Amino acid sequence: MLGIETSCDETGVAIYDTERGLLAHRLFSQIALHAEYGGVVPELASRDHIQRVLPLIHETLAAANLSLSELDGIAYTAGPGLIGALLVGASIARALAWGLSIPAVGVHHMEGHLLAPMLEANPPSLPFVALLVSGGHTLLVDVPRIGQYEVLGESIDDAAGEAFDKTAKLLGLAYPGGPLLAKLATQGQAGVYHFKRPMVDRPGCDFSFSGLKTAALTAWQQSTQTEQDKANIAYAFEEAVVDTLFIKCRRALEQTKRPTLVVAGGVGANRKLRERLNDLKAQVFFPRLEFCTDNGAMIAYAGALRLQAGAAELPIIQARPRWPLVELEAI
Amino acid sequence: MKLLALDTSSDACSAAVLTDEACFSAFEITPRAHTRLILPMIESVLKQATLQLSELDAIAFGCGPGAFTGVRIATGIAQGLALAAHKPLMPVSTLAALAQKAYQETKVTQVLVGLDARMGEMYWGQYSLQAGRMQLENAEQVLAPTSVPLPNRGQWLGVGSAWSVYADDLAEHLAAYLSTTPALADYLPEAKYIAELARFAGLATALAPELAQPVYLRNKVAQTTLERTGLSV
Repeated sequence: MLGIETSCDETGVAIYDTERGLLAHRLFSQIALHAEYGGVVPELASRDHIQRVLPLIHETLAAANLSLSELDGIAYTAGPGLIGALLVGASIARALAWGLSIPAVGVHHMEGHLLAPMLEANPPSLPFVALLVSGGHTLLVDVPRIGQYEVLGESIDDAAGEAFDKTAKLLGLAYPGGPLLAKLATQGQAGVYHFKRPMVDRPGCDFSFSGLKTAALTAWQQSTQTEQDKANIAYAFEEAVVDTLFIKCRRALEQTKRPTLVVAGGVGANRKLRERLNDLKAQVFFPRLEFCTDNGAMIAYAGALRLQAGAAELPIIQARPRWPLVELEAI
Repeated sequence: MKLLALDTSSDACSAAVLTDEACFSAFEITPRAHTRLILPMIESVLKQATLQLSELDAIAFGCGPGAFTGVRIATGIAQGLALAAHKPLMPVSTLAALAQKAYQETKVTQVLVGLDARMGEMYWGQYSLQAGRMQLENAEQVLAPTSVPLPNRGQWLGVGSAWSVYADDLAEHLAAYLSTTPALADYLPEAKYIAELARFAGLATALAPELAQPVYLRNKVAQTTLERTGLSV
């Protein structure tokens, strides 16, 4: 199964074999392209994707030592994401599959993320609770079986990764600030600042992160604005986000009585979060760092599962910028 | 020569197969339905021509200028088909396709093609009949109607949506150079003329699929942080 991901600012291509596992994967990140704009420019993202997909397909096939005629299907990210960016991968993938007379599968990007830990040597077993935490999403989902996703809670405003990036911007860090903020936090001192853990005093598993960003800005404005102040604020901010995610994960596990937590999405690469979630009284699974962020491997894998379950698609290019996870069918 | 052509750069969606003997084409004005229609349309014209993808010599597509997303859908489809079937690609200008359409349908030999590019601008090209096909004079560009370079001779016919959106500005600016025939403002690019132009261009001009890319003309689409704020990041 060839997988193609173009939903935002990474072009990912991979080949997954249901018998032999992941055979090859390639990724091109557009971070440098968008840096001088201070954020992802959708039109520029689309323009870059269309230049990258074919060369990455060639590289991936070569790395897997396969030819196109040996493929059994093509999976592509059909949504959610930036419409123009989605359409690039979808058009190429759908036409390629049609031209090869093999099936195509439009994959839900978040299902891809959620299944990414299954690509590891020691995959989680079902049922589990999944924390999807990235720049675009913060979701806790109960997964009784693959394809059946019951949302336990989600962010009512900023996603966790978005809060990291925005707070970093407010503190004057370069784009994309989230990882830089986490790096700066390692220089911070514990206990200097304390930010309230948003919504932990309320029942349920919803999140809110926009207030934390404001709290961090206020703390910065009222500080002496030294590098150490900045690092201390970064420390307290990260601690508050991590602690909030921890509390809500614990609650979700208690509520569902699931023994397993699966973490996915870009913020899943955060070292502090990984450490803290390992304190949960549950088995916790993370994808490898490179599969936390967007990638083609998770799309190839999710597509392979869907194809095995009988997914069949008309010769239509599917792109759904908004696509609720709960609309998927169980397999 | 056996060519498949496709275009999704405007509100119209079209596909065509051109062989030495015949042309089979489909054309529909279907804004927002290109993603559902284009592959079945390609399937249908190939079927009419009783050809397989593998029997083609090349695939031509409308590479722009036009709606950015539409131009990329055509490019993506063309790239996907070309990769699957090991065929080269022939990107063809949508402005050239409009000029060729005007020539083949009305016998006009000098046209000023303008497509509305929004933000007060148009995609613009000056085309005339040379060696049996419509060919570009000067370069295609994106510009305001009042910035159009004046032709060095008269009797030009307007083609394309700019001639309705900017009708007054263009009529005033180019008054001395226009023929009396009303502009063909409702013309949309069509795959069969893309195929015709690709055949004229010849297989020697065909490209590897990954090298065939959209032509946007408008290349500045966002402001950097520095341009917006005067502050570097």
